[in-house]
Amino acid sequence: MTDSEQYQVRQEPFYRQQGNEVALYAAAYAARLPVMVKGPTGCGKSRFIEYMAWKLDRPLITVACNEDMTASDLVGRYLLEAGGTRWLDGPLTTAARIGAICYLDEIVEARQDTTVVIHPLTDHRRTLPLDKKGELLRAHADFQLVISYNPGYQSLMKDLKESTKQRFTAFDFDYPEAELEATILASESGIDHALATQLVAVAAAARRLKGHGLDEGVSTRLLVYAATLIRNGVAAGDACRMALVRPITDDRDIRDTLEHAIDAIFACG
Amino acid sequence: MTRSEALSAEHLAACRARLDCRLPQVDGVFADCLREAIAVLTPAGVDAYLDCARFLGRIGRGAEPLLAFLEEWPAVAGSVGEGTLPVVVATLQRLHRSPNGKAIAPFLQSLAAVSRRLAAGGQLQRYLDLTLRLMEQTSGSIHGIHKTFASPCLPDFLVHAPTLLASLSIAGLTNWVDYGVRNYAAHPERQRDYFRLQSADSRAVFQRERHGTLLVDHERLLDLYLRGLWGEQALLVPYAVASEAANPASPMPPAQPYDDAGGIRLPDVLDDACGVSGIDRYRAALAHIAGHRRWSTPLVADNLSPMQRLAVETFEDSRIDTLIVRRYPGMRRIFRALHPRPVAGACDPQRFSCLRHRLAVLSRALLDGEDGDADGDLREFVARFRQALADGEASSQAMAGLALAYVARTRRQSDQLPEVYFSDTLVDYRDDNRHLWRFHELSDDEEMFAEHRPASASAEIDCLPPRHYPEWDHHSQSYRPDWVSLYESLHPSGDAALIDRLLDRHATLARRLKRLLDILKPQERVRLRFQEDGSELDVDVAVRSLIDCRCGVTPDPRINMSHRSNGRNLAVLLLLDLSASLADKFGSGDGEQTVLELSQEAVSLLAWSIDQLGDPFAIAGFHSDTRHDVRYLHLKGSSEPWGDAVKRRLAAMQAGYSTRIGAALRHAAHYLAASRAEKKLLLVLTDGRPSDVDVSDGRLLIEDARKAVGELDRQGIFSYCISLDAKADEYVGHIFGHHYSVIDRIERLPQRLPELFMALTR
Ligand SMILES: Nc1ncnc2c1ncn2[C@@H]1O[C@H](COP(=O)(O)OP(=O)(O)OP(=O)(O)O)[C@@H](O)[C@H]1O
Ligand SMILES: [Mg+2]
Repeated sequence: MTDSEQYQVRQEPFYRQQGNEVALYAAAYAARLPVMVKGPTGCGKSRFIEYMAWKLDRPLITVACNEDMTASDLVGRYLLEAGGTRWLDGPLTTAARIGAICYLDEIVEARQDTTVVIHPLTDHRRTLPLDKKGELLRAHADFQLVISYNPGYQSLMKDLKESTKQRFTAFDFDYPEAELEATILASESGIDHALATQLVAVAAAARRLKGHGLDEGVSTRLLVYAATLIRNGVAAGDACRMALVRPITDDRDIRDTLEHAIDAIFACG
Repeated sequence: MTRSEALSAEHLAACRARLDCRLPQVDGVFADCLREAIAVLTPAGVDAYLDCARFLGRIGRGAEPLLAFLEEWPAVAGSVGEGTLPVVVATLQRLHRSPNGKAIAPFLQSLAAVSRRLAAGGQLQRYLDLTLRLMEQTSGSIHGIHKTFASPCLPDFLVHAPTLLASLSIAGLTNWVDYGVRNYAAHPERQRDYFRLQSADSRAVFQRERHGTLLVDHERLLDLYLRGLWGEQALLVPYAVASEAANPASPMPPAQPYDDAGGIRLPDVLDDACGVSGIDRYRAALAHIAGHRRWSTPLVADNLSPMQRLAVETFEDSRIDTLIVRRYPGMRRIFRALHPRPVAGACDPQRFSCLRHRLAVLSRALLDGEDGDADGDLREFVARFRQALADGEASSQAMAGLALAYVARTRRQSDQLPEVYFSDTLVDYRDDNRHLWRFHELSDDEEMFAEHRPASASAEIDCLPPRHYPEWDHHSQSYRPDWVSLYESLHPSGDAALIDRLLDRHATLARRLKRLLDILKPQERVRLRFQEDGSELDVDVAVRSLIDCRCGVTPDPRINMSHRSNGRNLAVLLLLDLSASLADKFGSGDGEQTVLELSQEAVSLLAWSIDQLGDPFAIAGFHSDTRHDVRYLHLKGSSEPWGDAVKRRLAAMQAGYSTRIGAALRHAAHYLAASRAEKKLLLVLTDGRPSDVDVSDGRLLIEDARKAVGELDRQGIFSYCISLDAKADEYVGHIFGHHYSVIDRIERLPQRLPELFMALTR
């Protein structure tokens, strides 16, 4: 059978609290309420859930959703074998059986007919009907469903159904405050705090351009990349261009502006 | 003959004889010209000079070509070398043999100025080739009769060549000429307009070809800079500058950037300078202004002398630059490159008022952060400045204190001298600091009230099928598509006399506005400075030329200016909230009025004002009764004149229903977006928060309105809200960013509305 050990988060993930989300999440988990974490890409949503799984000492099963995903990919399917067929649980089913936290990352990417399979798990029933198998699975008492959702870029067509949204409690994530973000960068990459502060200033400039040609600002994740490059000996300007500018835009004016910001902040012009 | 040799009478006579021409006008100037020629030309060059003069004296075109050549050639040779004479002569011969002999004089008259711009190798040749090609392409092609008619545009072109080259490279000039030839070879009149820089396309192509970094081409980039690095937002408005390099002889202080309610004003073009690119120079100017916005607080000016104010500004500017460099260390290099380096002691206190120079030296020291071999006072004040900023941002007030102490300490009698030492004192990335001062002054009235133009009928819009607009749902952070139905129609009409009565009541105010409008009006015309011939004397330049003259420096002869009428190129739409709250009363007893009445007065006055300025101006009103019924009522079409038809509609304005503003904003934007004007302004007059009967969540329509303003912004529409709601601060900033005013004394609306408009578009 499934080994819940493999889903255990063994080491404490590095996570810096932005507010009181750790306590709030713990409370939601205590009541086994489904949770939705919203926020721009790379702001720490996944890291937060990983951290909570560690803290609550629950196994964590993460599913990255995409538009080709079907309900069977979540629930499970029969496989053909030499001697006949064998049922294989999907990740959602596995989580419900072993009492894991199931994290459906970027749920809006999945088609709407796929997302409805989570409905019975998210209300008082806490059940998962495995129609093909003819089984009604009752979720383990420790099971919890978490979804992530980036309100910034999804199109109208991909919006979550109201009936789906209304089954979750929600956390709003955003990029951490400058000071905190610098601390995160310093710890994640090992660069010093002053340098981290400069990187965060570059990100601040980019984030102010959101909506003016940028769909998303620079994520914390990209900042960690830049910091790591610098840590490994890349010049600050090059690291910024490589990790902070080129990935996010091809717009010449925006590139120019960010290049200038880098020069102005690192005084390398 | 050697150069040092004085010009003997016989020698002069011999040379004069070589011209072999009896034109009496020549006698008066010949000796001077020859002396100058001998001074700058080699003996062989002088020979060639005389030969060419002889040729010009004998072509039968009167004295002008000859005089022009005699006077100009030494200067031309000084710029491009005397070795260029043969090609110039060849050009002259070509002109002479064509029907374009009339162009010879203007060709020679502008040649010295042209050569100054084309001193670098080979460029003059390109200019001569271009001139001949233009001649070929525009002569005699009319009706196919070969080379019988002179080129209509050639003399005009030659007259304007120096002006053109002041702003264009030779390549740019070639493009400009080619465009004119391509499009107007067969239209003599339009061809002349083009080559005299009179027609719109001529000026447009000219702008396009200008060298340096043009603001119009980089507006977005600079807008991004302002947002990204400073979190600021502003309309960037260019002002015309005479090309910097064009006037080495004219030390006129150029206009400086400035910041006011109408936006940030920047030079329309900046060349690279001191190793700083044009775009970085713009950024430096924007950084400085953004720094003021962030860190400066206004000071009362009335009790300070101009010198004290200058000193306060210097300290304050230095504080701002220091704080900018703290935030963006990379700006230090740019500021240091652009800041002039005045030399201590360069200003002679016997002759000049040196305060300005002293402050510039101080400013430089504050920027460099080193005081080297500075005198005691300077060193002390640099130290005090640094002390003040050592652990914090200090304040404008603190700088004022420091500045006044500085002025008192370093005061000299000669600071009062009328002549101010100007060299190396202008820090051109810094703005003029008008935002820093508050004056408590009075204004006076003037007689005169405007008469109205006769009305003319407009295309009436009748009830159309509804348009659907999305609405932003902030809960789900998404749009609800086609959520709102908007019906547009022409506003019903009432009695125009009502509006006239209201306007009469404000006759005094109208007079005052008229005065403001008159100030505003000339600015719809662009001043062309540095003209040799112009419609009026440019006093500043004239004074400078006079000074130059007295100092023995060649004065700049371009002391006139003229005006070019240049429509403001602004489209305005006023969107009125006609919801029920408009019927509210205020005041008491006899003075009781409704907000509606006041809005009618205010809008009428505004319409009248804008009509004076001639900007295209539309008025529309809106109200809503659930998302299924938003009404958008046309009160005035954008090109409809201010007259009885419009007044009738204004007179019938009524209050009713609710304020679903988002859809109205989007619909107004749909009209403005169709306008071809360069700047689009949407003024919103409202008296309450967005609301509707079918919406219970107070934030929903506020968030939607904010979203709509963002959409407009992306379409290049500048939205500005005038709110009559005393509590507007709670939400209006959230919707309109910084672009709003709250009118708390509602009875002043008729005055404030036109004033605000003028301030916004000044
Ligand atoms: N609060 C935080 N504490 C520690 N690290 C953080 C924090 N926030 C962000 N990070 C860093 O940012 C990186 C990106 O975070 P994460 O992968 O959780 O983003 P995400 O929000 O899940 O993005 P996406 O929506 O793209 O999946 C992490 O790997 C981590 O380095
Ligand atoms: Mg993630």
